[in-house]
Amino acid sequence: MTLVILSLMFWAGAWALNVGLSQSPVVQSRAGRLLVPAIFGITLLVVWEGLVRGLNVPGVILPPPSAIGARIAVSLPTLWADFRQTFVKGALSGYILGCSAAFLTAVLIDRSPFLQRGLLPVGNFVAALPIVGIAPILVMWFGFDWQSKAAVVVVMVFFPVLVNTVAGLAATDRMQRDLMATYSASYLQTLLKLRLPAAMPFVFNGLKIATTLALIGAIVAEFFGSPIVGMGFRITAEVGRLGLDMVWAEIAVAALAGSAFYGLVALIERGVTFWHPSQRH
Amino acid sequence: MRSILPVVTVVLIIVALWYAAAVRLNAPWVYDQAERAGAPAPGFGQLLGETMDQERPVLPTPHQVVTELVKSTFGMAVSSKRSLVYHGWVTISATLLGFAMGTGLGILLAVGIIHNRAMDLSVMPWAIASQTIPILAIAPMIIVVLNSIGVQGLIPKAIISAFLSFFPVLVGMVKGLRSPDQMQLDLLATYGASKRETFWKLRLPSSMPYLFTSLKVGIAASLVGAIVGELPTGAVAGLGARLLSGSYYGQTVQIWAALFAAALVAAVLVMAVGVIEGRVLRRMGMVR
Repeated sequence: MTLVILSLMFWAGAWALNVGLSQSPVVQSRAGRLLVPAIFGITLLVVWEGLVRGLNVPGVILPPPSAIGARIAVSLPTLWADFRQTFVKGALSGYILGCSAAFLTAVLIDRSPFLQRGLLPVGNFVAALPIVGIAPILVMWFGFDWQSKAAVVVVMVFFPVLVNTVAGLAATDRMQRDLMATYSASYLQTLLKLRLPAAMPFVFNGLKIATTLALIGAIVAEFFGSPIVGMGFRITAEVGRLGLDMVWAEIAVAALAGSAFYGLVALIERGVTFWHPSQRH
Repeated sequence: MRSILPVVTVVLIIVALWYAAAVRLNAPWVYDQAERAGAPAPGFGQLLGETMDQERPVLPTPHQVVTELVKSTFGMAVSSKRSLVYHGWVTISATLLGFAMGTGLGILLAVGIIHNRAMDLSVMPWAIASQTIPILAIAPMIIVVLNSIGVQGLIPKAIISAFLSFFPVLVGMVKGLRSPDQMQLDLLATYGASKRETFWKLRLPSSMPYLFTSLKVGIAASLVGAIVGELPTGAVAGLGARLLSGSYYGQTVQIWAALFAAALVAAVLVMAVGVIEGRVLRRMGMVR
């Protein structure tokens, strides 16, 4: 019981600290902006640990963070193999294929307003559908290995990127295109020097949405059949044997991979669209 | 209205491609059958005929899927285990419950965030980070864990749905509750309005357009959550269970029918939110 009270007290203390910090000039600085959420995150972990240990929650329901950390430390080779199978082979290859296919399609249909008017509503509709549902079909077609996971990812990322790229290519205004016309720029020149750069904020918006979808697609596709390696496989298998610390370890890896992937794309975006108002500070 | 013709054209192209792909993908089976029967390899006309209506095709043709969809929707008693209405209802009820929970959580968090700077600074980054996590990956664990402490049926699936749908609502509501401009806030300050009155009379009404936009995203996400939540329960009931059992037994037509049913449900749910949005905004005089 003391652990419970202690962790609650820790929470109250950290919260008071955060309230104090958020009213002080510290939050104006960059470090302060990172500090406040960091304190909150640590508080969550401490309260989790304290409650689980204090209330004697069995490990098969919710393992404490320390047990999960220990599990990660001892099973690094397994986690690495799963990461390679699901993330590098399945999600990443599918992401690259799907995004480039969507980008090329968008540039191609951009020349035909007719196709654009037809494809956009259909694309928007499909983007709202529960696309993970095609996972069993694609697993049937492409087999259990990573190819079928990559195929699911391709389909999942295709439409968000397509819709965003098409919207981006339409983002230049009349004035700018007229200027290019007065320079007698060809279609290709206008595309490369004006419209593609102007489309980049939209494209990256789509690419960022697609990062999360890619990881979800690759993991969920493994629920429908996979070789005996992979994050989705490990999660279902360990849930079956009630090895919840391993499940949480996989989730931690997935969260880390997902955040890092997102961060990487956001970093590239910052480099490519440095001119955009949202990137200027 | 002028986009109807292009949309119809695109849809027709997709259907045509689908038929072509069905012939291509189902042909090996036909050749195989002919070879086993010792018959000469079938010509194109025969091939076309025999790839259209196979029992377990690699890719079912559109008319097979539609037939199966209609048969299992209208041709069965609603209580039957093979009726898509039954499975659809199981999924929809989990979706709606999860959607309500997620929306409530999202709105509450948003209200907290706009009124408390410490909460804004500490919760918001984590809410954003939580979306880069493949939340669906923890679906099986939530189901099993809740099952082991005696909670089963609707609630675990609804929790997964809620997890997926709270984020769009949170982001939309934070934006919406902050959308009144300084002029309007100053006006209420000159009236001597309290924080509570400002919230009910200015912030909440002006957040409605934002709320409905995110509700449309949220309900689609809820449906995905409910379907994925049905996978690890071992195919008991629901559209996700239909997908899973179809994939176990190689019933491709059944998978496609369940998929189309899910698509229809998604479209209907999003449209329903759209209709409510239209009514509410018109009543509030906000239709632009």
